[in-house]
Amino acid sequence: MITWLTAPLAYGFMQRGLLASLMVGILCAVIGCYVVLRGMAFIGDALAHAILPGIAIAYLLKGNLLIGALAAAVLVALGIGFFSRQGTIKEDTAIGILFAAALSLGVLLISTIRTYAVDLTHILFGNVLGVSTGDLRLTGALTVLVLATIALFYKEFLVISFDPVLATTLRLPVEWLRYLMLILLALTVVVSLQTVGVGLVAAMLVTPGATAYLLTRRLPTMMAVAALIGAFSSISGLYISFYWNVASGAAVVLVATAIFLAAFLFAPQRGALWQWRRGRQQAVLAQCAEKEH
Amino acid sequence: MKTSRPLTNMQPARLEIEHVSVAYNGQPVLCDVTFHVPHGARVAVVGPNGAGKSTLFKVLVGLLPWHGGRILIHGQPLGHHHDCVAYVPQREEVDWRFPLTVSDVVMMGRYGRLGWLKRPTKEDHEAVRRCLEQMRIADLAQRPIQELSGGQQQRVFLARALAQEPHILLMDEPFTAIDITTQETIMAVLDELRAQQVTVLISTHDLNLAAAHFDRVLLLNRRVIGYGTAQEVFTQKQLMEAFGGQLLILGEGAVVIDQCCAPEAQRRSRA
Repeated sequence: MITWLTAPLAYGFMQRGLLASLMVGILCAVIGCYVVLRGMAFIGDALAHAILPGIAIAYLLKGNLLIGALAAAVLVALGIGFFSRQGTIKEDTAIGILFAAALSLGVLLISTIRTYAVDLTHILFGNVLGVSTGDLRLTGALTVLVLATIALFYKEFLVISFDPVLATTLRLPVEWLRYLMLILLALTVVVSLQTVGVGLVAAMLVTPGATAYLLTRRLPTMMAVAALIGAFSSISGLYISFYWNVASGAAVVLVATAIFLAAFLFAPQRGALWQWRRGRQQAVLAQCAEKEH
Repeated sequence: MKTSRPLTNMQPARLEIEHVSVAYNGQPVLCDVTFHVPHGARVAVVGPNGAGKSTLFKVLVGLLPWHGGRILIHGQPLGHHHDCVAYVPQREEVDWRFPLTVSDVVMMGRYGRLGWLKRPTKEDHEAVRRCLEQMRIADLAQRPIQELSGGQQQRVFLARALAQEPHILLMDEPFTAIDITTQETIMAVLDELRAQQVTVLISTHDLNLAAAHFDRVLLLNRRVIGYGTAQEVFTQKQLMEAFGGQLLILGEGAVVIDQCCAPEAQRRSRA
């Protein structure tokens, strides 16, 4: 068993891959709690696709693909914030428009590249085993940056998510904080590309957070549990990928999904089984208690 | 975001609103509203759906811009005293499935005075505990908010507003669809606030409540129809003017067809 666990560590690419996916798993899970609570599940997907033109441009200019992705994601995040400010149009509508536009631009640019190489498919589906030491450093720096910002602005992000009206009456810069959160999300998405790819980032943002929501009652514990689930899915997904020779990103997401399903069925209080067992009788009792109070 | 605070907490506030108009997308919602609220008075804001009651409150907490005129608190323009106005919104305006406990929500009332990057101090925790006790929900402090009844939610919101230690308290329809115990608790707290000379404005559909428990009544329908004591304001002529076709006149008395159970869409549009 021990050798089963340590054998992959003999390879440098596995060490780097495990470290990268561990960081990404934790990062996605923590910021994903806000994504779940604010009902922005769509945004991870949108940002992930929106980075395509950035990558294509960087590729054409022979620049760093990650930097290109980063610039595009931040631009789109700001665009979403701009179009949906003051509720001119709804946030999910703004996301839909920009996501499709950026994706189209990306496809258009890529179609001009005659022989686009492996690099681009790696961005689409992730290639955690191709993580270089430089990539690892960038991933580490961005992970620390995003997590530190979330910790520093914990109470501000909490108020603007739960009750933006209160946030305004407390004279917090609500718009500014919303942009900041979108930018943090953009950074997270870009960091995640290497491990899970464009197609699966959304799952890493949403699934651990949604699972933790079923198991916990307060935001700090929800974030901690989500981080644990994210970390566990990342590591075990990578081992599965190593031993069964399957795509790593997909394995990671499927492990997370399996944990979600287990929580959905068996979570105390909120799980499907628990709800079913409590049944109708309990609902009647609750109503009586409410009248009494 | 910090300015000097020349006022002590709970200092009675004078509120002056003069010639204030508000428009949504070019449509006037409030026209030329003028009224003065003396120190520590308790005012009921009464009017039909769409009269602009919520709009008036949102202007007073700086959520909406207004045109013309001026709003003075303690004789200073609105926004000068940063955190002296607290607003209790209608309950359905937040997502009660959020993973928070009752004391987490009440603590948010302290965030305004905490400042950036600061964690709540012992003093803040003490204030939260006091406000929970005042609303008789100290036993619910660690309860997740998704388990609360409507009346309990209303108490949590009021406790949070108390934690802001406001000079002026605005409450939007706090008496809609709550149990009698909660209504009595709110009334008791309003009496305590009167003792502390906190100025209170409450919008309500309940004319009896407005007449029985408030110093003054503001009868509103896009403009001020009447302002004064309930006896002065609730005349047949003025009620007719405010409620129009919704008013049913029965002999000597007037009976308002209550619209507190209006469809959700209508209630939203009034906001």
